[in-house]
Amino acid sequence: MRSLFPHPALSVFLALVWLVIAGSWSMASLVMAVLAGVIVPLAIVPLWPDRPRLRHPLGLIGYILIVLYDVVRSSFAVARIILFMPSAEIRSAWIAIPLDLTAPEAIALLAGTITMTPGTLTADYSADGRTLLVHALHAPDPDAVRDEIKSRYEARLKRIFG
Amino acid sequence: MNLALEIVLSVFLVIGGLFGLIGSFGLMRLKEPMQRLHAPTKATTVGVGTALIAAGIATATSMPKEALVSLFLFVTAPISALMLARCHVWRAAKPGDLPKDANGVGWAVLKDASPPGRAD
Repeated sequence: MRSLFPHPALSVFLALVWLVIAGSWSMASLVMAVLAGVIVPLAIVPLWPDRPRLRHPLGLIGYILIVLYDVVRSSFAVARIILFMPSAEIRSAWIAIPLDLTAPEAIALLAGTITMTPGTLTADYSADGRTLLVHALHAPDPDAVRDEIKSRYEARLKRIFG
Repeated sequence: MNLALEIVLSVFLVIGGLFGLIGSFGLMRLKEPMQRLHAPTKATTVGVGTALIAAGIATATSMPKEALVSLFLFVTAPISALMLARCHVWRAAKPGDLPKDANGVGWAVLKDASPPGRAD
């Protein structure tokens, strides 16, 4: 089973995505959905050899809700900076974020989260993958931004990925 | 469709339009390339998001499709932003501008190395 379905959750997800996009429950869509769910994970095994282990999968739901809330909040903050802050007052900064996370999937999730939330953007990672390079649109106190990212997002991801 | 629903839809659409406009305006107004990258990655997310919520409410049957579009947006936007930012770091950032990483090995795009756990 393991060799036929290297990523079971991904298989189910792909089949569902196919059905939603096809928008019908006809036999043809169902067959294509199953094919997508079987073939795509098999095709990406060489690119993605290890399945990430989630210790607390349900924690992802809380994480997604927090991120969605922050996306809305950050959009208003960024909109205010764009509309009302004089260019000379915008304090952009580069911030290095040392990582405690080790799983590549968790780091990718953190990097994506940083890009989508309060005025920050992941720009690069260090050659050993242990630090993220983040750019902040307006950060008078770069250390506070680093600490917030570590406590608000990374700590939760660490719990989820174990 | 009743009036209350139409009002809710209009509010979402107007908010979406405003954020799209602000994102584009930011692209024009901000001076540095890295600052400009912030405008479209954030303001526009809410812009597209609210438009999709409106579409989902208007045609309840297509709600799953709109949810998928939002998901794809959340997956792809950070990746394109990362690519543009790395390109900028590689082309334009001076070594003195960037902070040091924790272990002092340098930033990946400047070292041409692979991320952890991956072969080239």
